[in-house]
Amino acid sequence: MTDPAEVRGAGDARAVRDGGGGGGVRDKIMTPEEVVRRLESGMTLGIGGWGSRRKPMALVRALLRSDVTDLTVVAYGGPDVGLLLAAGKVRTLVTAFVTLDSIPLEPHFRAARERGGLDLVELDEAMFLQGLTAAAQRLPFLPVRAGLGSDVLRVNPRLRTVTSPYEDGEKLVAVPALRMDAALVHLNRADRLGNGQYLGPDPYFDDLFCEAADTAYVSCERLVDFGAPSDSPADAPPPRTAPQTLLVSRHSVTGVTETAGGAHFTSCAPDYGRDEPFQKAYATAAASPDGWAQFHDRFLSGSEEDYHQAVRTWHKEQR
Amino acid sequence: MTRTTTAVTRAEYCVIACAEAWRGDGEVLASPMGTVPTLGARLAKLTFAPELLLTDGEALLMGDVPALGERSSVTEGWLPYRRHLTMVMGGRRHVMMGASQIDRFGNQNISCVGDWHRPARQLLGVRGAPANTLNNPVSYWVPRHAKRVFVERVDMVCGVGHDRAAAAGPSATRYHDLRRVVSNLGVFDFATPDRSMRVVSAHPGVSAAQIHEATSFALPVPAALAPTREPTAAELRLIRDVLDPTGLREREVRP
Repeated sequence: MTDPAEVRGAGDARAVRDGGGGGGVRDKIMTPEEVVRRLESGMTLGIGGWGSRRKPMALVRALLRSDVTDLTVVAYGGPDVGLLLAAGKVRTLVTAFVTLDSIPLEPHFRAARERGGLDLVELDEAMFLQGLTAAAQRLPFLPVRAGLGSDVLRVNPRLRTVTSPYEDGEKLVAVPALRMDAALVHLNRADRLGNGQYLGPDPYFDDLFCEAADTAYVSCERLVDFGAPSDSPADAPPPRTAPQTLLVSRHSVTGVTETAGGAHFTSCAPDYGRDEPFQKAYATAAASPDGWAQFHDRFLSGSEEDYHQAVRTWHKEQR
Repeated sequence: MTRTTTAVTRAEYCVIACAEAWRGDGEVLASPMGTVPTLGARLAKLTFAPELLLTDGEALLMGDVPALGERSSVTEGWLPYRRHLTMVMGGRRHVMMGASQIDRFGNQNISCVGDWHRPARQLLGVRGAPANTLNNPVSYWVPRHAKRVFVERVDMVCGVGHDRAAAAGPSATRYHDLRRVVSNLGVFDFATPDRSMRVVSAHPGVSAAQIHEATSFALPVPAALAPTREPTAAELRLIRDVLDPTGLREREVRP
């Protein structure tokens, strides 16, 4: 296994390696703060994962510490969306749902909806996939059957239909491309060049998010060197690990950052499962302004290191 | 004295009624949402519908049929979300969804209650309901049959009903196929001339009057109201001893 500190240190040389006039491949390692410094208010931001599964939570927390706001967020939503909504950073939300999985509805999302004023583009899950795919393929739209006859078209008058030019003459929904300024995803492993690997059972749509965005940032549990020999089967270079787990390719990645526990409290199989007790505490706190203020003070007012320390202390108290 | 001699509970009739939704479906994915539909799908696979495919609720196709809450020990396939969505659009699937509201033509709402622009109560969102209803067979499960669920008009059409599909044209009706609605009171379908809901059977102990009182729209009842069929002894044993030994089904359905 590659020593992460060593890899991080090598990141300082990225400009030199990049500017070498050929041979070298650009080193893309940066800190979460550096990632967030590249984001701007008003951007359309895609967030990978699904519900409360493998969300780039450390990057979201870094975003919470910044003054970036007025975002259009594109996500299969979970607590990432909830946190950004609670911080008032979302102008428009494009999603098919916002869920905590084991808790069916994200409480901040529910509150934002019931308060009114959230600009929501509510798409069906399959429509959302077609929108991502269209963006990744630089198409203006992709046709999909889903949506016809439903109120998705009523509440979103921007959605249009398209008629097949062939004999069938079918009328289908033209889902517009969900093109993004930036995408944030979290993977189990990545290298300094931006190659990302998922090791759990589901890739979700993280590769599509990266390909559908002008810039993409990958956080990972552990930085590795896919070309180096390794003692750990999970970190072994291909083809010792199944090459199809190398989901995200460097051509679609702008920056890489190592954030161990960076998906917490969502799941990041097989590195860790969802922190269900903590998620429950989050949901309980989110249900009341006082509860949320206390939660925010305790867990979200400091650095990422402070967050993990506070979570560890909280778990000890629960025993 | 064996357990199978104890009276069949309402929840057990519901499991049987849900299982029947998948009879004759062949080699398709059964996607149940909720405890009772999950038991129904697993019971169907263990008895009269062995060709069904089942998932572990995440990304794996199970090659065996575990009890509720137990892990599958055989994986026969991989079905991450992206392939699942492709399977939805490809049609080899029969889903049984929940419904916060459902109307007489089978329009279903799981998104929100009240005006969509500022809902009185935000629910799940449309999720996959629009794609499901236009692409593969769909049934519904309602554990508490009540007037606020069986409504005259749903607040947000997520799952598309017969009138809305017809109005949207041939692309919407091409694969549109609402199979049945199962509630804690009975079984319903849409086999009427105008494709509106009718009563197929009432669970034993439920009267036509009870169903009418719990439904906001007129629901035609056949002259001779059939009871939901009895489970076989083997089915009861599978439900009680194999699939749900801790009785989770009884928590979803009030007697």
